[in-house]
Amino acid sequence: MKATVVVRPKVGILDPQGQAVEASLRQLGFSVADARIGRVVDLDVDAVDVVVARAEVERMCEQLLANPLIESYEIEIAG
Amino acid sequence: MTDRRPKVAVVVFPGSNDVDDAAWALGALGGDAELVWHGSERLPEDTRAVVLPGGFSYGDYLRCGAIARFSPVMSAVVEFAAAGGPVLGICNGFQILCEAGLLPGMLRPNASLSFVCRDVALRVEQASAPFTSRCQRGQRLVIPVKHGEGCWFAPPGLVEELERNNQIVLRYEGGSPNGSVGDVAGVGNERGNVMGLMPHPEHAVDPLLGSGDGALILASLLDAARDRATALV
Repeated sequence: MKATVVVRPKVGILDPQGQAVEASLRQLGFSVADARIGRVVDLDVDAVDVVVARAEVERMCEQLLANPLIESYEIEIAG
Repeated sequence: MTDRRPKVAVVVFPGSNDVDDAAWALGALGGDAELVWHGSERLPEDTRAVVLPGGFSYGDYLRCGAIARFSPVMSAVVEFAAAGGPVLGICNGFQILCEAGLLPGMLRPNASLSFVCRDVALRVEQASAPFTSRCQRGQRLVIPVKHGEGCWFAPPGLVEELERNNQIVLRYEGGSPNGSVGDVAGVGNERGNVMGLMPHPEHAVDPLLGSGDGALILASLLDAARDRATALV
């Protein structure tokens, strides 16, 4: 089962990468603000159904894929 | 003679690169450093202190220290710390200890986004065993840093709490080189037997190389390791 996890820096957390990219976009003439850079993890999960897969990926996020202190995450399962 | 030259386990992760300097410095200061591969499930039997050295364990993939914390040896390190054994994390070792939940907060990319590699001045906020017993409170130490992700972060309120518990051990003087909250350079756990710091004491043990101030921290650790050896006999 295909799963996608999007990990983002939490609101209020300093994101120097996002700031640098935003400055660069502005330099290119784009009118942007609040650029934030996260991470995408694509997975193929061995699970019997969507519910089990989601629970499994949830545990992966809590244990390894995200650090709850500074990051939030979203899980998408493509049944 | 274990008491005289206490055994210090220096853990080697794939990507650790300050192992030899740490082992050499500990040896020169009177310790018996033994390198322990991260895949080992236990520490040497007579281990009196543990050092997690600097480097780029697992290529800093995902987050610095995030993968190393699950190395087999880390269970033994957690157990050693729980029994009151002194554990020092330097740079990447600090990152691993934060990811492992043994230390508060975590380390983020430097606010400047630049890798910093230079001597920095530190202020000793706590002069106590096991890491700073050879220092005076308020003492200024010069020790080099070299990192891209040393910006220590703690959520609002936590720094004040750590301050009250005397867990802020070292601060950068004259501004933080990485944007760390409260200019924090080194922080300990509640019990005081685990500490992490971004500066590298193992690179500053001889005035010939610019500063010998790092020796104060490593020698403090060895004092504690010796005391522990005596206590356990």
